[in-house]
Amino acid sequence: METKKVVVIGAGVVGSAIARVLSKYQNLEVFLLEKNIDVGWGSSKANSAVIHPGHEDDPSKYPLRSKLCVRGNRLWHSWAEELDVPVKWPGELMLAFSERDVEKFQYYLDLAEKNGVPDVKIVYSDELRELEPNASPDAIAGLWAPTAGLIAPWDAVLGLVENAVDNGVKLFTETEVEDIVIENGIVKGVQTNRGFFEADIVINAAGLYADIISKKAGIDFDITPRRGEYYLLEEDVQPRVKRIVHQVPTEITKGVFISETVEGNILIGPSAENLPLDAKDDVSTTKKYLDYIWESAKRLLAKMPPKSSVIKTFAGLRAEPPSGRWIIEAYDNPKGFINAAGMRSPALTSSPAIAEYIVNELIKNKLGVKLVEKKDWNPYRKGIKKFKLLDDRKKEELIKENPKFGNVLCMCKEVTEAEIIEAIERMKKIGIKTISLDGIKFRTTSMFGWCQGSFCRVRIARVAANYLGMPEWKIFVKDNKSSYGVGYVKTFFKTSQGDGEV
Amino acid sequence: MMTTKYDSIIIGGGPAGLAAAIKAKELGLNVLLLENRDVLGGIPLQCLHPGFGLHYFKEDLTGTEFIYRFIDKFQKMGIEYFTNAHLTEIENISDTEKRIKVITSKGLQTFTAKTIIYATGARERHLYEIGVTGKRLPGIFTAGEAQTMMDVYGIMPGKEIVIVGSGDVGLIMARRFALEGATVKAVIELMPFPGGLTRNVVQCLDDFGIPLYLSHAVTRVEGDSTVEKVIISEVNERLEIKEGTEKEIKCDTVVVAAGLVPYIKILEKIGVVKDQATRGPIVNEYLETLIPGVFTAGNALVINDLVDHVVEQGELAAFGASEFVKNEGIPTRKWKRVFRGRNVRLLVPHYVSGENDVIIYARVSRPMNKVKVRFPEINKEVRLPVVKPAEMISIKLKKEEIQRAVDRITMEVLSNE
Repeated sequence: METKKVVVIGAGVVGSAIARVLSKYQNLEVFLLEKNIDVGWGSSKANSAVIHPGHEDDPSKYPLRSKLCVRGNRLWHSWAEELDVPVKWPGELMLAFSERDVEKFQYYLDLAEKNGVPDVKIVYSDELRELEPNASPDAIAGLWAPTAGLIAPWDAVLGLVENAVDNGVKLFTETEVEDIVIENGIVKGVQTNRGFFEADIVINAAGLYADIISKKAGIDFDITPRRGEYYLLEEDVQPRVKRIVHQVPTEITKGVFISETVEGNILIGPSAENLPLDAKDDVSTTKKYLDYIWESAKRLLAKMPPKSSVIKTFAGLRAEPPSGRWIIEAYDNPKGFINAAGMRSPALTSSPAIAEYIVNELIKNKLGVKLVEKKDWNPYRKGIKKFKLLDDRKKEELIKENPKFGNVLCMCKEVTEAEIIEAIERMKKIGIKTISLDGIKFRTTSMFGWCQGSFCRVRIARVAANYLGMPEWKIFVKDNKSSYGVGYVKTFFKTSQGDGEV
Repeated sequence: MMTTKYDSIIIGGGPAGLAAAIKAKELGLNVLLLENRDVLGGIPLQCLHPGFGLHYFKEDLTGTEFIYRFIDKFQKMGIEYFTNAHLTEIENISDTEKRIKVITSKGLQTFTAKTIIYATGARERHLYEIGVTGKRLPGIFTAGEAQTMMDVYGIMPGKEIVIVGSGDVGLIMARRFALEGATVKAVIELMPFPGGLTRNVVQCLDDFGIPLYLSHAVTRVEGDSTVEKVIISEVNERLEIKEGTEKEIKCDTVVVAAGLVPYIKILEKIGVVKDQATRGPIVNEYLETLIPGVFTAGNALVINDLVDHVVEQGELAAFGASEFVKNEGIPTRKWKRVFRGRNVRLLVPHYVSGENDVIIYARVSRPMNKVKVRFPEINKEVRLPVVKPAEMISIKLKKEEIQRAVDRITMEVLSNE
């Protein structure tokens, strides 16, 4: 049996899902490369977190999107359970404010039937209000899609990567692909800032940068960064929404969504703004679009939560392909190069199905690689136990075992010292080199709450630095350029040009 | 799990909580204090600057010195307390029984008490609450976080600083950074007047040559992987951005001192009614909230500018708790509501009885010179040379005066010119 080497470029939700599926086979050696210091920090981190039902894409226009979305929705039920990723299934309500909107519902009902999305129907008055008591009184009808879900997208990536690594995938962070090496029309590997990775198959899941990677393999297209801005509201705010509420989509956007995240916060957004091709990192928010989102959201609800309950605004970028069509292809030339590019919505939903499709349709069928399943493949991964969600007896036990569980560092989200340390250990286990406060934040939800870390960040930085044996101020925040502080106090009075260490 | 019943449990070991605990113990109550951080003292602990205790001790102390007088006394009195205690829940079992749940490194603990004094202080408003857009970059701190970093844990946040907000906290942090050798590039204030006390503008900015931009707003924060600059613009009288006035200031650190909000999440969960003006609970003259036996003091009640007032409120809440314990409830049957009149932005307490002298703490909406503070229903008038939104007014009403009112008292601030 011949072993094939596979390089997956990009540890976002798509690349990580592909890596997980590839990890099932004993004759594959899989390398997952990520240019950031941590996984899931591109589009996967900042999006609507919706698991779409799949009744909004026309299969004649977007055959892959419509097919893989429905399949992905179904797969997330089992994947979320296997990977212990927080998910819930509140269903989705598209609201109509005019007869014209209601007429459009028929289009989506037809798509639901074509795509095989179950139980989609139009609801009126009482049924509509019962489904969503906070729907605007101006809404005359709703299109109800009960299979819609919500997931914690960064947890999804962490679950996928931890599980993939557990099954033998090798993760390389801070590894940027500089070139795709091709000889005689056949892929030989990738050149990176950390050296050459030999590969028989290279899968490009580089998100916003997939066009740049693809060009290196001679396949030319552009990925447009499409920015979406959001509001995140505090957990206990009233009034709330029960469902994922949104408007009738337009050509550009699925419109503004309002939902209650798996963490219990209210999320409102996104906008949809095409940026220049080179603005692949511009996650700035803007007054213009934030105002637009708030106004749009107001139309959807009977009563909006107060603006004073906003705890943060943020923006994410979607990787928009030409004419909206995903580029999921294997090529005859260069052979061995596979694109998973232009991963716009519903890519989060579809990622498990995209991974399956790439392995079954492209690697097995098109490239003709024979795959042999591992007998001992482990589908399960456990998330970091959230102390806050345990019952009192379990909490007591844990504190008795490890008093660090009794030290609550993040007040807003009730995250303990023990969880912070476990997050660091998990980062190390998958091979993260730069431990950052953001890495801890996304693994524990600490610093995620009402105070946005203003009470607890310094305490968490101390615990982390202490654990890692480094000065507190040197702990990284977001990347390996941004330290928490610049030195100890009095550092500017030191005569030496030192780095501030005492 | 342990269960002990206290007369009063005090939540928060800052100035309000410590003062309340000491007073309550002096009044003979059986007291427990719970602090969330690993040290007692709250925010004054990290205030290295003077200006504390001018009223209370008639001395000019630093925050640290001030609070240590309370910590020392508290510890000498042997009052029971926990640090690193995280409050998860208050259960209002009856008017005279509250159960509270706490996580500590010794395990989950449940305590019951007849009264609670809630003195958890405030939280800070952050950048996204004041309409600043741009990237969420490392290098953005609230003033409180920056101060805790520097003066509890000795970490220097940055070198070139822009401070957003000219309240006392912003002004004092500007000086603190300057004293550490950092370059404070600017203090940005939205209003046409500084938010803090005049003495602080002089001592913290003027003495250090730090520029203050009044009627300016920070509109964006920019940078690649950390803060590199802020963009500011002038605003007009309606606080709207004036087009074409954009200016950038290079910096590596943005410190947000955009004001405080009472931190009363857990009180809200048990149904304490909030005043939209103070954003703290509605209280009577004992600083008892609308839930019998639940008292509040300090910045959890109303944002104060002087720690002396915070301590006063802590002691008053302790007096309230002791009256409550003695009488199995506050015995007052008839309350008179205190209303905000002209140019009064907020005030506490909201209800008075005429059974006690009461200090009314209030803030005005607009600055004014030569004013009379009037309480028309009781024919009381106090003259003040100047009032400013930044400076809390405290005025004592004697019980005989309050008795003159039938069912309401209004406070208004009028020009005397």
